[in-house]
Amino acid sequence: MAKRSLEPFLWLLFSAGGVAAALLLPSLLFLFAVALPLGWLTPPSYEHVLGVLRHPLTRVALFLLCTLSLIHGAHRFRYTLYEGLRMQHLNEVIVPLCYGGAIVGSLWAGYMLLLWR
Amino acid sequence: MSGPRIAGARHPRWFRPHVSTYWWLRRRSYFAFIMRELSSIFVAWGVIYLLLLVRAVSHGASRYQEFLAWSVRPVVLAINLVTLGFVVYHAITWFNLSPQAMVVRLRGKRVPPLWILASNYLACAVISAFVLWLVLAGGG
Amino acid sequence: MAEQITMQVARYRPEQEEAPTFQEYEVPCPKDWVILDGLNYVKDRLDGTLSYRWSCRMGICGSCGMTVNGEPKLTCATFLADYAPGPLRVEPLRNFPVIRDLVVEIGDFMRKLVRVKPWIVRDDEKPVSEGEYLQTPQELDEYKQFSMCINCMLCYAACPIYGLDQAFIGPAAIALAQRYNLDTRDEGAAERHEVLSQHEGIWGCTFVGECTEVCPKNVDPAGAIQRYKLTAAMDSLRALVMPRGSR
Repeated sequence: MAKRSLEPFLWLLFSAGGVAAALLLPSLLFLFAVALPLGWLTPPSYEHVLGVLRHPLTRVALFLLCTLSLIHGAHRFRYTLYEGLRMQHLNEVIVPLCYGGAIVGSLWAGYMLLLWR
Repeated sequence: MSGPRIAGARHPRWFRPHVSTYWWLRRRSYFAFIMRELSSIFVAWGVIYLLLLVRAVSHGASRYQEFLAWSVRPVVLAINLVTLGFVVYHAITWFNLSPQAMVVRLRGKRVPPLWILASNYLACAVISAFVLWLVLAGGG
Repeated sequence: MAEQITMQVARYRPEQEEAPTFQEYEVPCPKDWVILDGLNYVKDRLDGTLSYRWSCRMGICGSCGMTVNGEPKLTCATFLADYAPGPLRVEPLRNFPVIRDLVVEIGDFMRKLVRVKPWIVRDDEKPVSEGEYLQTPQELDEYKQFSMCINCMLCYAACPIYGLDQAFIGPAAIALAQRYNLDTRDEGAAERHEVLSQHEGIWGCTFVGECTEVCPKNVDPAGAIQRYKLTAAMDSLRALVMPRGSR
């Protein structure tokens, strides 16, 4: 059954995403969602931010972070729906929605980070 | 009671209590578990927020400033504060479970779980410090 | 001069009621009594119709698991005086069908246990004349923790996944499979993998961790399951990348 054979790979991606999200998201979100908008820290110049973002290593790292974290979130959310709301019977819909969403997000990330500029 | 025993066997006189959909509200540990699982939504939003930021940066300086201004708006800020909370909760619960999930052997002896825990937190601290430095100061 | 404690004990007599009720008993609680002693007092002196399982009364047979004030516990290993003056609520083990009073139907676990083949599986057995299988202390250490399982099923009572879906193979079964997978004398990992890699096997587990919390023998089934997930996932990866590679 397709679901049986995919599960180990999904779990590996989920685990990698969990590590990536745990290591990188706290500091990135603290900076860009809280500290800089609220002016808690001296803001870097736009040119500096652009420069850091443009660097190939940053692009690859961010792409990996986004892709893996999205798959991590999708996988965990899928099981949350099964367990928290007992929606296991809807898994024909839940599986494509969750991983599909992660794939769409990853494609967007890839387009912006790897192909643009 | 007679006949072959099969998985999920039932007997009309056995009592099977119904499991409520809100089983996770009944115990603190179950609630904490579901909260940990719900952090997945906030991890996803965190990623989307970062991608929106990347898009703003790539569209020029004024769009970048507009984006930062937008993110201070009360609703957005509130969501992001909650998101940061859940992302940190994810990180903490993830690291705390790591010694249970892996057994590392050095020269035949088991590495004490506390070391695995400590090295995870250390890695997070070092990486976070690097990110802060990279964005705020260094990198040229 | 022992105090008394009120025990609220679940009763279920299918011939006379549709659902469980509670009955209260006043029971002495000397400081060295465990809950099982209280139940035995009830049965011997107060109400001989109470039904429950017990055997060794010393935490090794795994028979006396029940729900005590909402927590899965071995009643032979939990002190009565800790709950004085009560009321102390004693119910049957959760997530299993109740046959009568505090007795639950454990057939599901028994069948799952057999499915994971909790014994040494070898392609060829060494004849006795060739001597023993040798194992270093380190090799013993690999699986010793998982061999401590007494099949008390407290972990099944604590596991919300098992509560929601009885098809889930469950913590103890996986931990016991690991006990043999990690034993150097065993060659049956592939056979067990068949059973464990199904959706109701290890992949149903989302690492809630409650099983490890309630285990009276520190088996850490949650850890066993997560470690096996990694093993199974790496095996699948290897099989994908090197389909004709050695197993």
